[in-house]
Amino acid sequence: MGNNLGDLQIIIGGAAGEGSKKAGLLIGKLFNSYGFRVFIHEDYESVIKGGHNFSQISVSRECKDVIEEKIDFLLALNKEAVLKHKEKLKKEGVLIYDFGAIDEDFSEEGGSVIKIPLKEIVDEAEGIPLMKNTALVSAFSKIIGMEWDRVSEVLKRELPVATEKNLEVAEVAFEKTEKIEEVEEGGGNQPLPLLSGNQAVAMGALEAGLECYYAYPMTPSTGVLQFLAKVEGVRTFQPESEIAVVNAALGSAYAGKRTMIGSSGGGFALMTEGISFSAQSEIPLCVVLSQRMGPATGVPTYQAQADLLFALNAGHGDMMRFVVAPGDADEAYYLANKALNIAWKYQMPAIILLDKELSENTYGVKKDFDLEKEEIVREEKGEDYNRYEGEDVSPLIFPGGEATVKVTGYEHDKKGVATEKAEEIKAMHEKRIRKYEKLKEELREEETVKTYKEGSTAIIFWGSTKGTVLEATKEMDVKLIQPLVVQPFPEEKIKEALRETERVVCVEANATGQMTKVLKEKGVFVDKKILKYDGRPFTVEELRKELEK
Amino acid sequence: MDNLILPTKNTWCPGCGNFGIQNVLREVISQNDREKTVLVTGIGCHGKIADYFNVNSFYSLHGRAIPSAVGIKMGNEELQVICSVGDGDAYNEGIAHLIHAAKRNSNITVVVHNNRVFALTVKQATSTSPKEFVGSTTPKGGVEEPINPMDVMLSTGASFVARGYVGKPEQLTRIISEGVKHRGFSFIEVLQPCVAWLNTYESYNEKTYEMEEEFLPLQEAREKAREWDYNNGGEIPLGVFYREEKPTIEEQVGEVSFVDTKEILEKSK
Ligand SMILES: Cc1ncc(C[n+]2csc(CCOP(=O)(O)OP(=O)(O)O)c2C)c(N)n1
Ligand code: SF4
Ligand SMILES: [Mg+2]
Repeated sequence: MGNNLGDLQIIIGGAAGEGSKKAGLLIGKLFNSYGFRVFIHEDYESVIKGGHNFSQISVSRECKDVIEEKIDFLLALNKEAVLKHKEKLKKEGVLIYDFGAIDEDFSEEGGSVIKIPLKEIVDEAEGIPLMKNTALVSAFSKIIGMEWDRVSEVLKRELPVATEKNLEVAEVAFEKTEKIEEVEEGGGNQPLPLLSGNQAVAMGALEAGLECYYAYPMTPSTGVLQFLAKVEGVRTFQPESEIAVVNAALGSAYAGKRTMIGSSGGGFALMTEGISFSAQSEIPLCVVLSQRMGPATGVPTYQAQADLLFALNAGHGDMMRFVVAPGDADEAYYLANKALNIAWKYQMPAIILLDKELSENTYGVKKDFDLEKEEIVREEKGEDYNRYEGEDVSPLIFPGGEATVKVTGYEHDKKGVATEKAEEIKAMHEKRIRKYEKLKEELREEETVKTYKEGSTAIIFWGSTKGTVLEATKEMDVKLIQPLVVQPFPEEKIKEALRETERVVCVEANATGQMTKVLKEKGVFVDKKILKYDGRPFTVEELRKELEK
Repeated sequence: MDNLILPTKNTWCPGCGNFGIQNVLREVISQNDREKTVLVTGIGCHGKIADYFNVNSFYSLHGRAIPSAVGIKMGNEELQVICSVGDGDAYNEGIAHLIHAAKRNSNITVVVHNNRVFALTVKQATSTSPKEFVGSTTPKGGVEEPINPMDVMLSTGASFVARGYVGKPEQLTRIISEGVKHRGFSFIEVLQPCVAWLNTYESYNEKTYEMEEEFLPLQEAREKAREWDYNNGGEIPLGVFYREEKPTIEEQVGEVSFVDTKEILEKSK
């Protein structure tokens, strides 16, 4: 292994409850402070104690949101972590493990092995066993040549609980470990905010004026609620069910609060009647739907992109909605902002479609865009106000003033009183359709589809596969097409992008090719589907092989 | 003229108990700030009340009026939120919401139009129909015992629990007024005869009585609640069974205020 560290793949693993995730984030933050670009992939089982968790940290000079199959460092908190991942080590890779917790001596198997006596270290500093992860991170930072001042600064910031004790443990670990490598500044980059996709969604919504966030816990969407619950100034609420979540959100939005809700497939299924209510009552509703492997309970903590058709069709009746599918944290930030704004501007449901990988992986956020809150022009309205007046988007007034505000899930007249009259029913449908046409018009000017590079083969992908697709095709002459908005579906822009291409490949993480189906319905035919449905994200090597076939 | 009733065509059956509730609510709303009042309803005959009142209204889904109301109160605490729900609505489809709104002491008033039948869907048994009730889907009579919602509310933390009867409008007006004034979750069950499917006027006139002592200690209130089992036995006590002052959810959840996203981004480096 050379003395100057460049791109690195690091796995840190242990039993659930040993804190490998926190340790992974600490390692990411350390490299971030050295100006490297960082991406962290999380893998964990649906168990609380025991089981196997690991984080894979991808460190590079340029941004690339992927993990690779071969790794440079394996940091093991228990034996299972060694056994599960040691085959992934490159020839010159280094195994670092907790000597004490693991009584086997792996140094006999060849390759570089560093044994760290974590228990001894923690005991010496009079810490508690849970601090072994801090010790391992600190030891690792010494091995790769980081400076104590900078390491301690990051640890101080990131370990708010028992900070002093953690620092003592870290210091002992740092002193007792030998320096082997020489880490450099990461190409002069400024450190970036490190956010998971869930956190990026929350941030984008906050910049659109988010005031309330309601959710019922469900992996992988729970991170949004956990994050926002810590933000002063946002009202968070965890009601009795997803049905309560959606209906409470409709109530709060009616009362005037910008509200967002979130869940995964199962909880989203329970929300669908409320989503339909949002369309009919024209109450703004913004929903985060983070996909995980289904059907039913499926594989709760593993990846899938199999709720696309569901998101596009959820809700009974002829209803219109806005659906976005970001591919990384920056896009999640931007599109969540857009979704909340559109829900309010057009008074309709908007869905932010994430997946487990995007929701829970950690990205460096560049944020090279400006965001704002779409202010709703609110005219003064008096007693003669009709909630559903006008040709398309009605003036939005909240209850509490002179105007009487009547909303309903029944078909209604312009006042908001139920109707069964044929001409009124037809007119209200047409009003809502005109609203949707207006939205389509606005989106014509927007980047609803991203394209990258040129080539006679086009690869269409969506969601978190983005990082892997970009990396796997680096050396290929192909055209990449990524729809960001999936309803209203941007078929015109996709057809335009395909004009000079001969072959279309579609990459997605589901078993039946859901995007392929959507494309077909819109007259875009896919020649080859590359699908993955084992709960794991595509790796670069794997995708490259498939593409070369 | 209080200008509280819209010219909408009223489609309740002549003699329906809902008229009685409408009159009482009209009285209560006219004593309150009309502009700050929001009427939230479920789906059923009772729900039509939203279309009849010239006040802010949120005509929710079947069973979901209560979570909508909780959300409205969370969204703007200054609003006076009154829910008109059915028994099918609140005791069948949405009972989890009823229990949790009571548990968290949401500062809303829930008025149950309890006709002990799914009326709008043409005569089916609800959770409070008498066991032997012959409905359109139970032609031989039911097999399930009714639940006792008063007892359920008393044991899940409701801070104001009362029962009224449309045949005793003065008492009912007082009860609902007090319920609306109460700071916390107010549960008011109203016995509402349905002349089409379960005409209970005669039996209620005979069996209901106004409690002499109200605002009972919890255990006594629960015993009182069990006096009537929602089958056809027993006397039916009316009045405010229980009242308690305690913090509401709205005063305990965080305030909405400006969020500095730049600072959060800086911290996440
Ligand atoms: C989700 C759902 N399920 C079923 C219905 C059909 N439905 C409409 S009203 C009603 C029963 C209403 O009973 P209740 O709440 O007691 O009201 P009432 O008509 O007696 O006033 C039902 C089952 C519906 N609208 N929505
Ligand atoms: S069916 Fe019953 S509840 Fe409905 S309007 Fe007629 S009497 Fe009233
Ligand atoms: Mg009923």
